[in-house]
Amino acid sequence: MNEAIAIFQVEARENLELIEQGLLDLLDRPEDRDLVDAVFRGLHTLKGSGAMFGFDALAGFTHHCETAFDRVRKGEVAATTDLVSAVLAARDHMRQLLEDPSGDHGAAGDALLADLERAVREADGAAAPETPKAGATTWRVKFELPADAFRNGANPLALLNELRDLGEAHVVVDTSRVPPLSRMEPTDLHLGWTVTLTTEHGRSAIEDVFIFVMDEMTLSIEAVDAEAAAPQEAPQAAPQAAPQAAPQDAPVQAAAEPAQAPVSAAKPAAVAPAAPAAEPAEAGGAKAAKAAESVRVPADRLDELMDRVGELVIAQSRLSQIAAGGTDVALRAVSEEIERLSGELRDTMMVLRMVPVSTLFGRFRRLVHDLARETGKAIELSTDGESTEIDKTVIERLADPLVHLIRNAADHGLETAEDRAAAGKPATGRIRLSAHQSGGEVVITIRDDGRGIDRDRVRAKAESQGLIEPGAAISDHDLLQMIFHPGFSTAAAVTNLSGRGVGMDVVKRTIEGLRGSIDIASRPGEGSEVSLRIPLTLAIIDGLLVRVGHGRYVIPLDAVEECLELSLDEDLRSRGRSFISLRNSLVPFLRLREMFDTGTPPELHQKVVVVSTGAERIGLVVDQIIGDHQTVIKSMSKLHSGLPTFSGATILGDGGVALILDVGHLVAKGQQQEAQMREAV
Amino acid sequence: MSETAETTGWTGAEQMEVLTFELNGELFALEAVAVQEIMDLAPETVVPGAGAFAGAVINFRGKVIPLSDLRVAFAMERGEPTIDSRIVVIEIDLDGEPTLVGLRTDKVHEVTTLARADAEAPPSVGMRWRPEFIQCLVKRDGEFIVVPALQTLFNQQHDARQSTASATRH
Repeated sequence: MNEAIAIFQVEARENLELIEQGLLDLLDRPEDRDLVDAVFRGLHTLKGSGAMFGFDALAGFTHHCETAFDRVRKGEVAATTDLVSAVLAARDHMRQLLEDPSGDHGAAGDALLADLERAVREADGAAAPETPKAGATTWRVKFELPADAFRNGANPLALLNELRDLGEAHVVVDTSRVPPLSRMEPTDLHLGWTVTLTTEHGRSAIEDVFIFVMDEMTLSIEAVDAEAAAPQEAPQAAPQAAPQAAPQDAPVQAAAEPAQAPVSAAKPAAVAPAAPAAEPAEAGGAKAAKAAESVRVPADRLDELMDRVGELVIAQSRLSQIAAGGTDVALRAVSEEIERLSGELRDTMMVLRMVPVSTLFGRFRRLVHDLARETGKAIELSTDGESTEIDKTVIERLADPLVHLIRNAADHGLETAEDRAAAGKPATGRIRLSAHQSGGEVVITIRDDGRGIDRDRVRAKAESQGLIEPGAAISDHDLLQMIFHPGFSTAAAVTNLSGRGVGMDVVKRTIEGLRGSIDIASRPGEGSEVSLRIPLTLAIIDGLLVRVGHGRYVIPLDAVEECLELSLDEDLRSRGRSFISLRNSLVPFLRLREMFDTGTPPELHQKVVVVSTGAERIGLVVDQIIGDHQTVIKSMSKLHSGLPTFSGATILGDGGVALILDVGHLVAKGQQQEAQMREAV
Repeated sequence: MSETAETTGWTGAEQMEVLTFELNGELFALEAVAVQEIMDLAPETVVPGAGAFAGAVINFRGKVIPLSDLRVAFAMERGEPTIDSRIVVIEIDLDGEPTLVGLRTDKVHEVTTLARADAEAPPSVGMRWRPEFIQCLVKRDGEFIVVPALQTLFNQQHDARQSTASATRH
């Protein structure tokens, strides 16, 4: 039972996510019937399953929200911004009730319901009744449910009763599908029904009766009195799409306009037209089929599997070392086979752990919505490259830093509407989140079109904190880096959102903990851009194994551009300048032997491994290139965590340990060296 | 009696179970519960720039752990490894994170019990070792066993590392 509750909670959480997304979409497209239906269905499911699993407080609270939202669904009230926001707040409360069912949330819940009630009242009258009452019509409703309908909890009697509530109904049962007794399955449903219904309600009211079973059933609704029904059908099928179609549609049009007005006056009246009823049913069916193909796996099992694959990869590289050293051809064949298989297994494993960043970006829509309300600024969030995939653990650890950066952008970056108007910018501030893959890294940027970072203030603050000498010459880039110092905040006033001075340093540390890097660019008056470069995965990388002195090191293969020999001549010639010319461009290089102070004489044939991050290149001089190595990354202990040269360590086939070079750091070091050389010249 | 903030291994019974080992002719003792394993010397990988105290890493059952040399902290001469040399793997707390660390030893003796009554605080004069690195000295059979204050020792090295690292970075 506990397990069932856990599953319910997981599903309910997802359901709440969907409700949230639906509500946020609804803010943009308040008259999208599909969205309204989706949210309503979500609430209804939550209420039902909550009650089933003993989450009575949740079920009770959700029931009230559902009732309120039902009026939106019926078209009695419009989905105004206030109403949707109230439901969003209520959604958060549901989440609380879900996570902590025993807690005392009664007062908070009542307050939220009162808010919701108020919002509904205010929205009331914003929409006229959707269906112009035009006297009673007679409909012929034929429906059949699938054979397993009972097992899925459907109750045809309840459906019939609901139809009877709509008006005068005459029900005829269709027994043509009932098999002979010998072949009859007692739990299957073999019946169909034809209901002749005379009602004042329109077609959509009849469809609503079947809203929860629509995906699986066959349903036909036709007007018996065709002449009377025809003109009426048009506005009901697409009430917003064809507002000018017929004179009696006038009330509908009038209703649609006030509903939109509070959201955005600029938005044209015709937004997404309501889709025909058949389409959501089809989409729902496709979604159900897709869901059946996926299996839910607890994350820790996936991690466990990852560990095993890691160990396997180590054992495999040991095997191939033994096989390569011997003369046994059969052993070598098997070893190569295993190498291929474990490589594939590793790649498959990697894919399993990859999730699109859309799962991350999705959460920020709500954040921006809340920030906009809190700060009173109009903020528009746009996202790009959401299909970029990153390792699941990386995604989880990115959430907090990104929340912080977005808060910063909204609070410090974007100006108030008046200031924006004064600066000649559009009133709505824009925050742009984008992601793209670049080599073995994913680059995530957060850009705002706000006022940019005030250099003078950063400088004043840095000077007052003693980080730089007063009046010291410092490059713009270095000055901006100051904001990553602990306790650094330029916000004049501490607000609820940010400005407490804890943050940017934490963001930086988190990103560095992920072996990533953070960079900031800003133009006064035009906005700021923070880019995060994050490695695709934390667990296994392809590496190039090299030897320097007696030590072996791994260079991530993603970063390696090429390998070449450093001839003795060139070595001697480059003593003074440490540059090699590579196809007419000068590449600075670092002698790892000197840097690591190995105390060994150089090999006769030293090699240069040219590595790069983005546009910057640097050569690393090594004694020997050993070859490819599948590298299972092990983190270094805290005793060595302060060494920026190494991003981790790995265990080699012979049981020895090799250190993994941090290419980003080495490149930075090379650039620094280059700059010094230039200054010296 | 040792008055350091470090949690001592003395139980209510006034006794402590320890593992004794030799380092440069001196006898040391480690609280036995902290010891994970005693292993033969393993291939070491020097970590350039890490300093002498924890200048290398080793492979301990598929984990990469630092190998540290108490002789550096106690300013002892560093002799060549012998046939008796062993690595004692212990678990210590670094910044609240349990961390496995290998300690070089010249020879491992035995697991034994020390009595609290025999323990003395390190003398403040007449000793070339830094007193804060010593939890206490225990008298036994006419000689002294040094119980090092590992927690203090490692945290200090760790902090020193951090500060030099950040100093070089800026």
